[in-house]
Amino acid sequence: MKRDSIIVHTLLILGSVLALFPLFWMVSASFMTRGESTTFPPHLIPHIPTLDQYRELFIRLKIGRAFFSSTVISVVTTLFSLLFNSMAGYAFAKLRFGGRERMFGLLLTALIIPAQVGMLPLFLMMKSLHLVNTYWGVIIPSLASVFGIFLIRQFMLSIPQELLEAARIDGAGELRIYWSVVMPLARPILATLAIFTFMTTWNDFMWPLIILSSDARYTLPVSIASLSAEHAVDVELMMAGSVVTVLPVLLLFLFLQRYYIAGLMVGSVKG
Amino acid sequence: MKSEARAAAFFLTPAMVVLIVFFFVPVIAGFALSVTDFDLYSIGDIHNLRFVALRNYAAVVQNDVFWTAFFNTLYFSIVGGPLTVAASLAAALLVNAKVARWKAIFRTIYFAPVVTTLVAVAIVFRFLYHPRFGVFNRMLDAAGLPQVDWLGDPRFAMPAIVLFAVWKNFGYNMIIFIAGLQSIPEELYEAARIDGAGEWRQFRHITLPMLGPTFLFVGVVTAIGYLQLFAEPYVMTRGGPVNKTLSAVMLMYQQGFKWWRMGYAAAIAFLLFLVIGAATMLQMRLQERRR
Amino acid sequence: MRWLLVCLLLSSCAERRDARETVEFWGLGREGEVLTELIPEFERRNPTIHVIVQQIPFIAAHEKLLTAHVGNATPDAAQMGNTWIPEMVALHAVDELSALHIDKSDYFPGIWDTNVVEGKLYGIPWYVDTRVLFYRKDILASVGYPNAPRTWAEWLDCMSKLQREKKSRFGILLPTNEPEQLVSLAMTAGAHFLNADGTRGAFRDPHFVDAFNFYNDLFRRGYAPKVSNIQVANLYQQFAQADFVMCITGPWQVGEFKHRLPPGMEGKWGTAPLPARDASQPIGVGMAGGSSLVVFKTSKHKEAARKFIEFLSETEQQVRFSELTGDLPARRSAWKVPALASDPYLPAFLEQLERVQPLPQVPEWEEIATALYQHGEAAVKGTMTASQALADLDQQTDRLLEKRRWVLAQRRKS
Repeated sequence: MKRDSIIVHTLLILGSVLALFPLFWMVSASFMTRGESTTFPPHLIPHIPTLDQYRELFIRLKIGRAFFSSTVISVVTTLFSLLFNSMAGYAFAKLRFGGRERMFGLLLTALIIPAQVGMLPLFLMMKSLHLVNTYWGVIIPSLASVFGIFLIRQFMLSIPQELLEAARIDGAGELRIYWSVVMPLARPILATLAIFTFMTTWNDFMWPLIILSSDARYTLPVSIASLSAEHAVDVELMMAGSVVTVLPVLLLFLFLQRYYIAGLMVGSVKG
Repeated sequence: MKSEARAAAFFLTPAMVVLIVFFFVPVIAGFALSVTDFDLYSIGDIHNLRFVALRNYAAVVQNDVFWTAFFNTLYFSIVGGPLTVAASLAAALLVNAKVARWKAIFRTIYFAPVVTTLVAVAIVFRFLYHPRFGVFNRMLDAAGLPQVDWLGDPRFAMPAIVLFAVWKNFGYNMIIFIAGLQSIPEELYEAARIDGAGEWRQFRHITLPMLGPTFLFVGVVTAIGYLQLFAEPYVMTRGGPVNKTLSAVMLMYQQGFKWWRMGYAAAIAFLLFLVIGAATMLQMRLQERRR
Repeated sequence: MRWLLVCLLLSSCAERRDARETVEFWGLGREGEVLTELIPEFERRNPTIHVIVQQIPFIAAHEKLLTAHVGNATPDAAQMGNTWIPEMVALHAVDELSALHIDKSDYFPGIWDTNVVEGKLYGIPWYVDTRVLFYRKDILASVGYPNAPRTWAEWLDCMSKLQREKKSRFGILLPTNEPEQLVSLAMTAGAHFLNADGTRGAFRDPHFVDAFNFYNDLFRRGYAPKVSNIQVANLYQQFAQADFVMCITGPWQVGEFKHRLPPGMEGKWGTAPLPARDASQPIGVGMAGGSSLVVFKTSKHKEAARKFIEFLSETEQQVRFSELTGDLPARRSAWKVPALASDPYLPAFLEQLERVQPLPQVPEWEEIATALYQHGEAAVKGTMTASQALADLDQQTDRLLEKRRWVLAQRRKS
């Protein structure tokens, strides 16, 4: 047993090193002076840690704007989509109406359609609505998602029907039931979906890349991708950019992983 | 019942409007676009537009570059998918092992790469893969092994990206496998041990069969997701060297948003959709048969 | 929630606080950065106009300009590579500029012509760019060419001597993933790439074949290494070590060479115009490159934007701009200042600029140029024979131009 324990733990630690090393190097290089990461012999940690790269990023390259863009877009998308998805998920789970299952089934077909198929026409649509290079142009397509509706419906199926019936008998309107009875019960899944949506939106790349054209509006992923093409040799600077991009979602995950991972479980169970 | 139906209409409207207008309609429009020759000229003057039926599709399948991109994408999916899933299973087995302590910490560590922003870590790996200054080559050098031009050598570029994808994604399916492993009744293992079965036999005859459905599901879903490869080659290699890492979605992006041949690009997108649709159907068929 | 909405509103209102008329200008790369130093003078002379410069990296500039146009998000005026002008005209994105008060005769004719599409002027040249021969004076002098070869025959003779006498590893660097070298050779040989109205490829035209064979020959004989620019570890180091002793590149490299060549190289290198095809011409023909200034059709401040362009086109501003960037001015009169007149590396450019030719003015040119170098690469690496490559290139070009043929046919009908 002892031998097993040693083997298992050695492998676990090895795996951890593999998983964390790139992230460690990213952070380490971000505190190095320019060129320090490509010296011979190699430095794995900065000799004299410096904030130079971050200064460069925030002051000269104005990455604060991208941070602001990402934050605004992620927060707005999360709040609105939480509302829209929960309303729809509740309707599919608990409200009885004709054609409900058929409509939901149709909706699920969206899950196998790759998003890229609609991106070209969606771009042209946004152009005619004068939403190219605007935050709303990024946000609007994500205001609702089939995955989110699915997740919420899955969770809400387990809410006892009697609870709703009792509220109806007491004279509560449908809106009231949704807001005061159902939503409080759905807090766990809402938390999960909120985290999930925030992180997905924060990390989104292709659509913001297509719809945004000025660096004043770029989100962080688009901004650092553009910077990496322009500053291909400034390794340390790029690492700082990556740190700024990754840190918020990593922290969010670390503090709220309970909800996030729980949500994965619900999502992977086929309904 | 009627008030419920009316309420349902109210509750469904916002999400359905968004999904119909900004997802389903564009998808259908995408198909419509693919049967026209919409391009730069059309953007300048909408009358510069022709209905071309399936000519775009014919042009796409006759284009060598498309097949290169298609096979690159297939390679990434068929090699990367199983590799990722195998790594996930290995990690799950380790973390879930009875003797393993600090399970939660290791689980978190292995999951961390999943939540990181793809573009950000792709940039990190681009530098780790640098032929002269990258950490990987420096380690190979220190070990006396020959150095590899990870992203510049046509033989190694796609494998390098596969390796990156495995690192980024193995944590995701690990969680699902852990749940699957935990749902295997302990009695089965007890019985096997009483019968004298060793670790390996237990694994082969209990673990694997019980995990079978999960394995299949996870494997196919991962492979299907990998068919949408875009950000990695866009950031790390721009599709090179010699188009060796050009993916189907990247080709679509180039044709649609760089050269503005939107009709042609839409055809590429739809072909990809057909492949993904076929793969999903296959997966669902396999699921059914297993039951 | 309310706070968010306020923030969103504020960010869109920010630009309207200024009382003056605002001109939004997009500058590309370094030139964009430098503009901020020229603007104060313009605003002093025009107190009612305020110019905001957005700096865009060159790499994505072409895509961004197109996306901006498609998304109705173009600025009032911008700097633009002159090879992109035909595309922008086809998109009806840029405005005609014949009304500007600018002295056409002071500009290099070949450069001016790149801005004229179907007889109308759409851009004003801002700075110019052409490729010339950079070479090791000392090493070429040792084989009898202290002032670089002047014809293709001399060029071959020079490289054969370099090889025989082992003066350098290779004679010349011609990166296989760049079209500029092959294009320059083709122009020197008198090729026009496409037929008269730009609707079909003309790559099997004898002039182009001539240049294509010459190009492939250089690799076959071992005068040029079969590498792409990604495989060149350090251009300056290798030039100093005589890995190769000639290359065809542009004006920005003058500054780079001065700064990045290892010490001890001063006086050992020089520039010369491209060699002529034969003695019947004075020098070869170069590419008419550079950037122009354009005004967008959707601009609501066209008058102010035009004033800004006229300002940037004044000789004095051209000189200042050149001092700040090291770029070559588009106006001949700006070349007379001491800084430019006394630089020993610039006469070659001045001479070359008098013999430059615009590229085919079709929107599809970028794609065709990509196909061009890819086929060049195939022939060099032997995956296709020269004639196969040219036939295939013609075929591909014809395919790329199919829509253009249709559009022109439609226009003729109406």
